[in-house]
Amino acid sequence: MTLATSSGLPTTVEEPSTTLDVSHLDVSYRVRDNDRLALRDVSFSIARQESFGLVGESGCGKSTTALAITRYLPRNGRVSGGSITVNGQDPATMDNRDLRKFRARTVSMVYQEPGRALNPSLRVGRQVAEVYEIAGESKHEAMAGAEELLRTVQIADPGRVLRCYPHQLSGGMLQRVMIAMALASQPSLLILDEPTTALDATVEAEVLDLVSSLRQQLSTSVLFISHNLAVIAKMCDRVGVMYAGEIVEQGPAREVFDNPRHPYTVGLLRCVPRGGQRKDHGRLDTIPGFLPGPGEVQVGCIFAKRCALAKERCSEETPPMYEVSASRTSRCHFQEQAPDLPRATPEDVQLRSPDSALEPLIRLRGLSKTFHVGREHVRAVVGVDLDLKAGETLGLVGESGSGKTTIARVLLGLSVPDKGSSIELEGSPLAPECTQRDRKQLQAMQIVFQNPDSALNRRHSVRHIITRSLKKLAGLSGERCEQRLVEVVHSVRMEERHLQLRPYQLSGGLKQRVAIARAFAGAPRVLVCDEPTSALDVSVQAAILNLLADLQSREGVTYVFISHDLGVVRYLSDSIAVLYLGRVMQYGPAETVFSGPHHPYTESLLSAVPSLDGTRRERIRLQGEIPSAAHSPSGCVFHTRCPRRLENGLCESSEPALVEVEPGHMMRCHIPVDELRRLQATEDAGR
Amino acid sequence: MTGIGHLSPPLGATPTNAPADSSSVGAAGALDVSVKRVREEQFRQLLHSRTFLFGSLILIWWVVCAIFGTSFVPYNATATNILNTNLAPSAGHWFGTNDVGNDVFSRVIVGARDILEIAPLATLLGTALGTTIGLAQGYLGGAFDMIVGRIVDAFLSLPTVIVAFIFVVAVGPSTATLVLVIGFVFSLIIARTVRTAVLQERELDYIAAARLRGESVLHMMFVEILPNVLGPIIVEFTVRLGYAIFTIATLSFLGFGVQLPTPDWGADVASNYPYLAAGYWWETLFPALAIASLVIAINLIGDALEAVLIQ
Repeated sequence: MTLATSSGLPTTVEEPSTTLDVSHLDVSYRVRDNDRLALRDVSFSIARQESFGLVGESGCGKSTTALAITRYLPRNGRVSGGSITVNGQDPATMDNRDLRKFRARTVSMVYQEPGRALNPSLRVGRQVAEVYEIAGESKHEAMAGAEELLRTVQIADPGRVLRCYPHQLSGGMLQRVMIAMALASQPSLLILDEPTTALDATVEAEVLDLVSSLRQQLSTSVLFISHNLAVIAKMCDRVGVMYAGEIVEQGPAREVFDNPRHPYTVGLLRCVPRGGQRKDHGRLDTIPGFLPGPGEVQVGCIFAKRCALAKERCSEETPPMYEVSASRTSRCHFQEQAPDLPRATPEDVQLRSPDSALEPLIRLRGLSKTFHVGREHVRAVVGVDLDLKAGETLGLVGESGSGKTTIARVLLGLSVPDKGSSIELEGSPLAPECTQRDRKQLQAMQIVFQNPDSALNRRHSVRHIITRSLKKLAGLSGERCEQRLVEVVHSVRMEERHLQLRPYQLSGGLKQRVAIARAFAGAPRVLVCDEPTSALDVSVQAAILNLLADLQSREGVTYVFISHDLGVVRYLSDSIAVLYLGRVMQYGPAETVFSGPHHPYTESLLSAVPSLDGTRRERIRLQGEIPSAAHSPSGCVFHTRCPRRLENGLCESSEPALVEVEPGHMMRCHIPVDELRRLQATEDAGR
Repeated sequence: MTGIGHLSPPLGATPTNAPADSSSVGAAGALDVSVKRVREEQFRQLLHSRTFLFGSLILIWWVVCAIFGTSFVPYNATATNILNTNLAPSAGHWFGTNDVGNDVFSRVIVGARDILEIAPLATLLGTALGTTIGLAQGYLGGAFDMIVGRIVDAFLSLPTVIVAFIFVVAVGPSTATLVLVIGFVFSLIIARTVRTAVLQERELDYIAAARLRGESVLHMMFVEILPNVLGPIIVEFTVRLGYAIFTIATLSFLGFGVQLPTPDWGADVASNYPYLAAGYWWETLFPALAIASLVIAINLIGDALEAVLIQ
């Protein structure tokens, strides 16, 4: 099956064996009458049907590379050196007509946010069919082509999707539509710029599977841009690691990730919690320092300032691309030593094991929350019972729409739960709304939000933000307050000079530290962390996770940790609750939840996560998308997507109770736990 | 919120949800911008804007006239001269004279005074009151928002001039009445703008964080939210200032504003336009031009501010 065969689009003539060749590319942006080099000496090529990945943290030039290839650089940007050839043609030399043809036929691009790439006021069908209408087909033919096209990206009901407006479709569905549109013209080169970053892990896995299978059917070369190392490892044949506008290491993806030969790659890989790494085993490694500004480093290695291996030579002599092997290069004078890069953060931890004998600090009973939207009743959380022990971390996991954030907001008193819900703090009931809670109760619970830009008042200085919490929650003033302010700021590894700055003057990681400092200022007993690292780069994420782990072992704070990243949750959590449509599906000690036996939903979540270690689990496909909480399925709410649904119809008719299957391990499933254990063990053995 | 540091590319390609960290972070870890830098940059943009410069120039001219006009006009603006009525513009009387022999040029210059006193005062009052109402409406929401909203709707269904007219007829024309009436009506309009801006802010997490600190309602409105909605308020102020001038001129024209013989543009247009038919165009045209130039100048400034402050 090929895409759009019936469409009569001109099939591309014999192509050269190299689809894309970027050689010594320099790109500079003009800012306030100064040229700033955003890309420096970037060289790579993509063979026909090959998939090449560009990986790196934000601001390293990945997207700029893609824009330069499609000649979509903003007005103040220009290619100031080197060349780009796509199918033997240089886009820089094309006139407007050729350029349009080039963009229409030769290169296609899929962006991160599918919701923003489609016109919200036109039906999806209108926009997909346009691809064919441009090629000169009649409206009717174009519509038929569009329907055929959506079928190739495995959309089960293309007719319905075509009649929808973009806002009526989920992110995953829209991204499929975008991929379909991008592939309609059978481009030689498909550029995917963070195509799954905005999607849930389960949906991400499906979109990635789709791209892989389409790639095998079509003769398209792929340039895959992502900050997610595991995604790149899964999707790409070869990879280029970018740092501050340069490709610092290049080679076959597997080899680069298994045996990195540039200190930056080594550092990046060490930042990611993996292989069951946990907070009590050791701290994550980090990359010290900050990304240099564009054009800041003129001579020498661009990474030297942050590199533990750096010697004098590194700051004097710009390293060339050294050949590591026939297929690999590294831009490091000491690439042989790179794997032995000394750790930037000591691994040792002070441990403080939680007293398990104590009464729970927080007790949630029958917690429900229904939102009334128009005539619909959206049951976001349904009958959740949870206990939080002092000094422990409870991880909440689940896809978006599973009720994680709602539980956190209800716990904090930011939204009012349904009647009959009870929240107790050390045995005494808490008022449902935070405005009715007294200072002691407010002080006991604080939150770190996902997006520090929204969580910090952008008009207030760091000093004001933290001092306000010290005054209101800790009741400090004058000299004492000033003293404590400095302590708090130091405890999140910031300096006094940061106090006078406003949030927009800080990097994302520093902003999140301010948010953590604010939360810790009142010495809370419970801290809710709602996806605190998902907006951050991995090296910054590692530092924040270490910080949270350290603060916990020092102050004995209890965390409620919400994240969609299972590796991160596993690193920090002592117990985990897996949520689906507002219900707890599985609850138990973190290691038990990860090692199994798993609830079928947990099992699917775990299998959706791409792994960096090369061991690929057989993916369990989840049918469709998470249903709307306004119309929860009958019986077990998960039965519509469950890969292990019972044949006897029990799952459809009655909802299983959350029962203790082992001491401290609860599960909500009709399948007996021993049966699950047996099923999952045989499949593991079969892999 | 400023146009500096445009390093990230536009289009849908800008990774919005992608890890946004350490980009454009200097070696010190702090971005290359301080509060002072932002202000300087905004100021620089304003000075590069021709609309702003042109508008300011006209405004400054009228402010100078309002303050020092009486000391540099060639004639006493209220001195009648029966011998020199309805003279056409000449070297002696640049803008001619009117039906009672006042020098039109002198009256136009001195006429800036009252309008430039009443209009800013009224707008200031309207902005302060409107901001408070808007903050309360937006932050408190619920029944309060609804009730105030309906009252605002009721008043705004009538043209400002009509509402002001009713008040002035009831209380009698004076500077204080004009300031209070125009200020009140404008406060309703400004409240709407502020309310909309507050609704967006209210959803942000810093508000939730402040609630979890147990902050009072007043602190939430004036310390947390107000600084973040100042941009639209400043722009609204300049726009309203333009309207205030127009409203005052209209009321004066109708005889409910500044009273003759005090020089005033609106009143002068009103008292002289019967003579238009007789060919004495200068008596009406110059005060009218003065009104237009001031309104336009303020709108130009408003546009330039909007371009810089709200992006």
